[in-house]
Amino acid sequence: MAEKVKEVKAFGGRGARGAPRPKVKNPGVLFMRVMRYIFKNYGVSMIVVFACIIITVFANIQGTLFTKTLIDKYIEPMIGQDNPDFGPLAGAMARVALFYLTGIVASYVQARTMAKITQGTLKNLRIELFEHMESLPIKYFDTNAHGDIMSVYTNDIDTLRQMISQSIPQLLNSAITIISVLGSMIVLNVPLTIVTIIMVFVMLFASGAATKASGKNFVAQQKNLGKLNGYIEEMMTGEKVVKVFCHEAKTIEDFDKYNNELFEASFKANAFSSILGPINAQLGNVSYVICAIVGGALALTTASSTGAGVAFFLALTHLFGSLSIGGLASFLTFNKNFSMPINQVSMQFNSIIMALAGAERIFRLLDEKSETDDGYVTLVNSKMENGKIVEASEHTGHWAWKHYHQADNTTTYQPLEGDVTFNDVDFGYDDDKIVLHNIVLHANPGQKIALVGSTGAGKTTITNLINRFYDIQDGKIRYDNININKISKKDLRKSLGIVLQDTHLFTGTVAENIRYGKLDATDEEVKAAAKLANADGFIRRLPEGYDTMLTGDGANLSQGQRQLLAIARAAIADPPVLILDEATSSIDTRTEKIVQDGMDKLMMGRTTFVIAHRLSTIRNSDCILVMEQGRIIEQGNHKELLEKKGKYYQLYTGNKTDITA
Amino acid sequence: MSELLSPLAQLKEFKKTAIVSPLWMIGEVICEMIIPILMGKIVDEGIGNKDMGYIASTGILMLGIALLGLFCGCMGGLTRSKASAGLSRNLRKAMHDNIQTFSFANIDKFSTSGLVTRLTTDVSNIQNAFMMVLSMAVRAPMSMIVAMILAFYLNARIASIYLIAVIILSIIMGTLMITTTRYFKKVFERYDQLNESVQENVSAIRVVKAYVREDYENNKFKKAAGNIYEMFLKAEMRLACIGPVMTTTINVCILLISWIGAHMIVSGSLTTGQLMSLLAYCMNILMSLMMVSMIFVMLTMSEASVRRIAEVINEKSLLTNPENPVMDVKDGAIEFKNVDFAYKKEAKEPVLKNINLSIKSGESVGIIGATGSAKSSLVNLISRLYDVTSGSVTVGGVDVRDYDIETLRNQVSVVLQKNELFSGTILDNLRWGDPNATQEECIRACQMACADEFIERMPERYNTHIEQGGSNVSGGQKQRICIARALLKKPKILILDDSTSAVDTATDAKIRKAFNDEIPNTTKLIIAQRISSVENCDRIIIMDNGQINDFGTPNELLERNEIYREIYESQTGSSADADFDEKN
Repeated sequence: MAEKVKEVKAFGGRGARGAPRPKVKNPGVLFMRVMRYIFKNYGVSMIVVFACIIITVFANIQGTLFTKTLIDKYIEPMIGQDNPDFGPLAGAMARVALFYLTGIVASYVQARTMAKITQGTLKNLRIELFEHMESLPIKYFDTNAHGDIMSVYTNDIDTLRQMISQSIPQLLNSAITIISVLGSMIVLNVPLTIVTIIMVFVMLFASGAATKASGKNFVAQQKNLGKLNGYIEEMMTGEKVVKVFCHEAKTIEDFDKYNNELFEASFKANAFSSILGPINAQLGNVSYVICAIVGGALALTTASSTGAGVAFFLALTHLFGSLSIGGLASFLTFNKNFSMPINQVSMQFNSIIMALAGAERIFRLLDEKSETDDGYVTLVNSKMENGKIVEASEHTGHWAWKHYHQADNTTTYQPLEGDVTFNDVDFGYDDDKIVLHNIVLHANPGQKIALVGSTGAGKTTITNLINRFYDIQDGKIRYDNININKISKKDLRKSLGIVLQDTHLFTGTVAENIRYGKLDATDEEVKAAAKLANADGFIRRLPEGYDTMLTGDGANLSQGQRQLLAIARAAIADPPVLILDEATSSIDTRTEKIVQDGMDKLMMGRTTFVIAHRLSTIRNSDCILVMEQGRIIEQGNHKELLEKKGKYYQLYTGNKTDITA
Repeated sequence: MSELLSPLAQLKEFKKTAIVSPLWMIGEVICEMIIPILMGKIVDEGIGNKDMGYIASTGILMLGIALLGLFCGCMGGLTRSKASAGLSRNLRKAMHDNIQTFSFANIDKFSTSGLVTRLTTDVSNIQNAFMMVLSMAVRAPMSMIVAMILAFYLNARIASIYLIAVIILSIIMGTLMITTTRYFKKVFERYDQLNESVQENVSAIRVVKAYVREDYENNKFKKAAGNIYEMFLKAEMRLACIGPVMTTTINVCILLISWIGAHMIVSGSLTTGQLMSLLAYCMNILMSLMMVSMIFVMLTMSEASVRRIAEVINEKSLLTNPENPVMDVKDGAIEFKNVDFAYKKEAKEPVLKNINLSIKSGESVGIIGATGSAKSSLVNLISRLYDVTSGSVTVGGVDVRDYDIETLRNQVSVVLQKNELFSGTILDNLRWGDPNATQEECIRACQMACADEFIERMPERYNTHIEQGGSNVSGGQKQRICIARALLKKPKILILDDSTSAVDTATDAKIRKAFNDEIPNTTKLIIAQRISSVENCDRIIIMDNGQINDFGTPNELLERNEIYREIYESQTGSSADADFDEKN
């Protein structure tokens, strides 16, 4: 009986019966990997579940067989007795009650354990996915659509949840039930068993045909759904334009066309899948009826073997053994219990394949190679002792590179200064497509280097090499004269402050967002950083000041305000080297001035790489690099470059002539 | 509950199908229910009386009923699919039709992504739920009732056990379901939070890595994942009770029936066949009850979708056509009288404060000011994309609220700041401005907007296909096509809302020159960041913090207005701030 209960539970999960199966390359291998993952942490629990399922199925069969005992052993003999003794019956019922109880306890234990296994496995998997994702190189995020990564956490995990919590135990249950019910049926009566099996094949054939037909239509439905959804997305995005151009009528006309097409397809697809249910149910009934007739005839010959029975049935009885009325009753229950799990197995199969497609994507993410880090030079707090730099365990405000030399087993300390050199660097996102060529530059500590050039010239790419978001193909980048490949990535990045082109803020308060740059910063430090970035003023005007909650990437702030927060975040980290990839094109001139002031204050005394397009930022740089198509084509300060009358001069004067046009 | 039923109003032509479908279902259920009774008869009359003929005839009757049940079931399935697919079609249409009447304010309220979700995911949810309701919600109670009636017909005493079991079970299940749904709701809330945190990390991965905050984020995520684990486990632990409770009830019933049944058979008041039928009904009744409770859970889950859809269908457009609309716009004169405007009525501070403004027909007016100074809000009132909160805006001497909206918008052509192109050829897109425009007219408009030069260089020129959202043209090209599209309306007023920000300065100047030469009588309003875009206008409006700071000719402003001078000097002259970002 427990399997019936489960079936009801299952229908809540997936609606698309008869939906086409997604293609999975190695379902067996994947399935084993999922199982291994579950067993890793919940091996014992899984064995408990397995045992519980066997106990439950066994108890159910005992319960069904009880009907036979009840009628044959107790009721039939007692009919007609004057003083029937119900004592033996009471004893038998107590035994059955015990079976029932065992079954119930087992199924309860199973359900609870399974819940723990499922949720625990999912929790581990989520955490593992997330931690692994955090360790992946930037390249992974460049090459994978963010929506796809998200859907691993949402859709794929969810189908896997259904597979672990429902499909696997149900499949187990069904398999055990089928075997044991089949066994019991054979024991009860062979011809009836054969009838039942034949009917099951008819059922599988019929539902297979319906599934095939509906699968084809489901594909059509998905296609039309995609078309309509695409149209909806496009039109809703442009809805304001539709209004401005009074295009409503035409839009409705097109929408109706797509909408009707979807209706037709959706009707057909669902029609085929919705007759699957009745086909299975009623063919099950037909099987039940045939068994009833054949069984009735058999029981009749058994009951009247001495009477004027038909010789044919008599012969049958001799061949296949007899059938009592109680036996018939039990058999009929088995008949129902047999077709149900078979149907379920085919349904579960579909959903397992669907879940495996999700599992494939989950494992693909887990199999992505993490960012490697062979750096051994680390950043430590330092202090001067007898004119020598030594490591300090407390926060001193001074930093030094701790460099261990394997050759002579010595450790040297070297102060963190912020000297950056590029030595003939080539870089490409792929090995065969180099986007930066022969980059040579040298930034002395405290110098300001400006990168100028059109979009796509490679300005941002250069800055991404310094903090090793990407690794170079050829050449050398040195930081304080240490090859950056030798520096531990963690410490390298700690020593660099970055304000990115796109500002990203996190859900949390304003103060928390600033503190992101230095987790143990005091409130005073947060305020000081905000003041430095010219952000203090607007923060204090926010409804709850520094405690204002930011959500959705700081959607409640203006572009300029978000940028000021990003500057404050960099300021609090107080790094010796700064990278400012400013994107102020969408900020008006006046707001930009405020942002600029904040940036200027931040740049003071630090080595700064600044990507800029406003002259005021560029002109007082120590060195301006003019980039074009991945190459530095000019290099020098403002005055030198103007005298050169090259590209920089062109950019500079070209704009000016435009202004007066 | 009445809210849950509200989408049913959209069934319309499928109402009949939706009513017929459960009837077929009932037919199927009745057929299924008769079979155990006939089975009992075979045992009692056929086997009992050793009547092979009876067994055969009853058997054939049973087969016939099973086939009839199959037919009813298939018909039920077909009608059900049709009704639910029809319902979802009509829901989508009702929403979409109503969205077309929405004002900008209505659209802002729901947001684009909100509307997309409602039209797609939410409708699918309802379609699935409705399918389920049509099959299960009718089938389960029906089979419960039919089985109960038949059970009472067979033996009232034993049937009353079922009745008691049903009552007890529904109380237990009800409480279980209610508490579980509450937990699940909490789970879904936490889910959203978790997903948000993943989303944030995916898009801000550079920040995370730049600040070496991987461990920090991992710890945050671990906590969130742990939270979900606990909540989910609580909910599932309650669900875990359902199966055993169900089985216990069924088993107790079977034992009771067996015991009582045995006594009754022995005393002759019940036959063996009847006992078998009764045992079969026992499962039927209790399983149906189980289904009813599952349906209840599913309905509460689709409740949110229903509510969201109802919101869109019932939303009244905030802008309606007046009763006797003015169908003709006389000229391009614009006047603002004491205008206050706020996007939301409950807003404390209006976005525009006390605007008084008079623009002559044919004048070209530039508008500059800081971000957030309400430049766009100002011009959006002219074509009545929003209604003023107080005061009035007149075009051609008539209050914009007295015009037929379509007439007004055709004469006041706006190039929105956030503009969109649609998938289709360039010509298709241009003809949004004028569906009857000839190719020559389209080319002419593109020449004015300086779009002709790059379109001619495209492989299929004016028949080049534009991808969704205009993703295969650059920002500057997109802006120029949008301007050409607006020009094709041949409007009396043309409004450019920062529409040349991605166009290089030289081309920008060319476009403005074309305007002056070709459409001198059209009133032109130009919002811009670049001083060069507006310094040749007749007059310039300086917006500051929702108010008009100054309004005058460029020379006047240069003399008297500090903000203007500041912007002017930062962009031109000796301390010029040249723009080094090459536009393309």
